[in-house]
Amino acid sequence: MEIFLNNKNETFGKDALTVTQLLEIKHFTFKMIIVKINGKLIKKENYKTAVINDGDNVNVIHLISGG
Amino acid sequence: MIKKIRNKLKNKIVGIAGAGGLGSNCAVSLARAGVGNLIITDFDMIEESNLNRQYYFYNQIGQKKVLALKKNIKEINKKVNVKALDIKLNSTNIIEIFNDCDVVIEAFDKAEMKQMIIETVLDKMPDKPIIVGIGIAGWGNNNLLKTLKTDNLYICGDGTSEVTDKQPPLAPRVGIVANMLANQTLEILLKNI
Repeated sequence: MEIFLNNKNETFGKDALTVTQLLEIKHFTFKMIIVKINGKLIKKENYKTAVINDGDNVNVIHLISGG
Repeated sequence: MIKKIRNKLKNKIVGIAGAGGLGSNCAVSLARAGVGNLIITDFDMIEESNLNRQYYFYNQIGQKKVLALKKNIKEINKKVNVKALDIKLNSTNIIEIFNDCDVVIEAFDKAEMKQMIIETVLDKMPDKPIIVGIGIAGWGNNNLLKTLKTDNLYICGDGTSEVTDKQPPLAPRVGIVANMLANQTLEILLKNI
């Protein structure tokens, strides 16, 4: 499937992925992140069940300290 | 045109979460531009180490940031209504405090607090524009600073530079991003003028 991840097209060898699987594949191990699928916030407790499908627009925003 | 801009901005309300490097400079910029109503929250006091980038003065050390910032803003533009709240935000009071705002600006220091306010606004107030600052540490690299938009969430900064001992927050870069937050706010507030 092909998704739009952080404003770039990316291809994965599966038909669907959970958020947890996507984070593993992309090595997004950072603790403080915000995940959105097609504009909708996905809470941490739903990472294992929220499914990303072909064509989805996914944002993984890394939150770092400093302000 | 300047009159039209002034009239439009004077009725707008902007919420600013945090009155540190990003928040204090952003608030001053919006006040100078003529945004009529600012709601600013912070629970910290001014320390000498803050003066390398935050909009405070030596004789304000030890004062509550929100109260000192209100005073500084009033000396620049006395027409601005400043609601200075000495309060720690949480996922409940954010909604009450920022409910009437046209734009919410996240200007916190800690990543956990950034996550809390972004998640709360996206979840509970999805129509509210929220502008956040991420990646402001160090110096140089002007051209890495940018704004990313996803729906009503705007992210200003380089997205990667974390504050560490080797990479402290310094006035120029913090000030640039604070003004990017303010500039993005004006873009939203002055849409369709």
